[in-house]
Amino acid sequence: MSTPGQAAVVARGLEKRYGDALVVAGIDLEIYHGECFGLLGPNGAGKTTTLRMLMGLTPPTGGSIEVLGFPVPQRAREMRRRAGVVPQFDNLDPDFTVRENLVTYASYFGLKRRQLDGRIEQLLEYAQLSDRADAAIGALSGGMKRRLTLARALINDPALIVLDEPTTGLDPQARQHIWERLRRLLNQGRTLILTTHYMEEAERLCDRIAIMDGGRIVACDSPGNLIRNHIEPYVVELRAAAADAWLRLPHRLPGVRIEHVGETVLLYGSDREALLQAAAGHEFIQRPADLEDVFLKLTGRELRD
Amino acid sequence: MFDFSPPRLSWRFLPVWRRNFNVWRKLLAPSIVGNFGEPLLYLLALGYGFGRLIGEVGGLPYMVFLATGIVCSSAMMAASFEAMYSAFTRMHMQQTWAAMLHAPLEVEDVLLGEVVWAATKALINSGAILLVAFAMGLIADWRAVWVLPVVLLTGGCFACMAMVVTALARNYDVFTYYFTLVLTPMLLLSGVFFPLEQLPPAIAAGARLLPLVHSIELIRPLLTGGEVGSVGLHFLVMLLYTVAAFWLCTAILRRRLRG
Repeated sequence: MSTPGQAAVVARGLEKRYGDALVVAGIDLEIYHGECFGLLGPNGAGKTTTLRMLMGLTPPTGGSIEVLGFPVPQRAREMRRRAGVVPQFDNLDPDFTVRENLVTYASYFGLKRRQLDGRIEQLLEYAQLSDRADAAIGALSGGMKRRLTLARALINDPALIVLDEPTTGLDPQARQHIWERLRRLLNQGRTLILTTHYMEEAERLCDRIAIMDGGRIVACDSPGNLIRNHIEPYVVELRAAAADAWLRLPHRLPGVRIEHVGETVLLYGSDREALLQAAAGHEFIQRPADLEDVFLKLTGRELRD
Repeated sequence: MFDFSPPRLSWRFLPVWRRNFNVWRKLLAPSIVGNFGEPLLYLLALGYGFGRLIGEVGGLPYMVFLATGIVCSSAMMAASFEAMYSAFTRMHMQQTWAAMLHAPLEVEDVLLGEVVWAATKALINSGAILLVAFAMGLIADWRAVWVLPVVLLTGGCFACMAMVVTALARNYDVFTYYFTLVLTPMLLLSGVFFPLEQLPPAIAAGARLLPLVHSIELIRPLLTGGEVGSVGLHFLVMLLYTVAAFWLCTAILRRRLRG
């Protein structure tokens, strides 16, 4: 499936402008075959636009893209023969059953019924929808629709799959199911690019993560390295009333970084004892720093929408 | 801003057409009842009832005059309806086009599939009327089969024009304007219900700039055993509308769907 030593995606100086708005501000990306690459960022950071440009669904206003060896958007159509797309919002065909959705989607790829022998059954099984094959789309739960959308994206046995917020709006069980299925795709050697708001999702699945903000990539590395290089190792977290009470008292805390997000006060530092002392007398949680801390530090604390 | 480069047509439109055909097939029974029932009622009510009052129109029994006109106007209406309400539903509400465009299909492929499908719907509707008219003994001779390609072109022409409206539409309301301000006047002024010669010359001349007149002037003589004149001109006018409208809606939708 992979061509070792060659990148699945190379983008240089990628830029997208809508009128005066610079949505993607000249980013460089290199995504390797067989890896899971995550795009993380607040709403409006340019994640979806970046994905759309990579798939040739919208032309960039600057820069160059090569995906699976094809220049995009010039030869995007040929590239998409080998790629799968899972959009942010399900666009399954409501006029067809589960099975008909797969068969119809296959026809858009020019796949003949003969070539599909067994493939449809396999994908129904993958989506755990074998017993719902003749159900109408309207009768499916959110999780089932998501699994079917994912199965549909695999109809052409793609080398690269692009997923825009694959688990947004799903309950924890459904999310676990999707993760398990994405993991299987990675084990098969496919390349995955996904956007997500869920740090746990990014941390679990992604080999590397690019954190985007304001159309730029502010950091790009493995989850572990991002945490090691961008944030203090220890965190003490005070919530709600405890946070208020703590904020009312005067503090002089050298070596401790204080962040106040919504109803939470976060104390960051390299000296665990100093953090514990700083919060002494209040109700608090002590934990190692994680990706969410990196995210908040790099993209700021203001509300984005 | 707009990309007016020529639409790149290919056979990739076929799966798009087939998708719509398969959905139509699922609802075959109710649509067949409508296809045959409506023109039958129309012809019986207007033709018999009204026709008795009127007698002959343009040298034809009114029932024949009307039937031949309705073959054209229903092609126009069927194609327009399909390319507006149904296509907009697929583009905007259901995001069916978005799914197609994630596959290796381009805007032109989806559009061509949609307008050929709308033309097919026109053919089905008008074909049903032809059968009804034939059964009622209103059709002159075998030359009537030549009507089928003309109906297909008429449907394609109006599908492309309607698709320009769809390409610009933000909701369903705008289609009502198009029906009321464009299609209904065309229906009334193109010689469906009465001959063009009844109109003031200036208005009749204006009507000749519209495609429906040319469809009727091809189809009516073919069905009634009359002389077909200016075949080239009639085809040319309809083709011009078809090509110009397809080109325009391609440019608009490239921007809307791939912008």
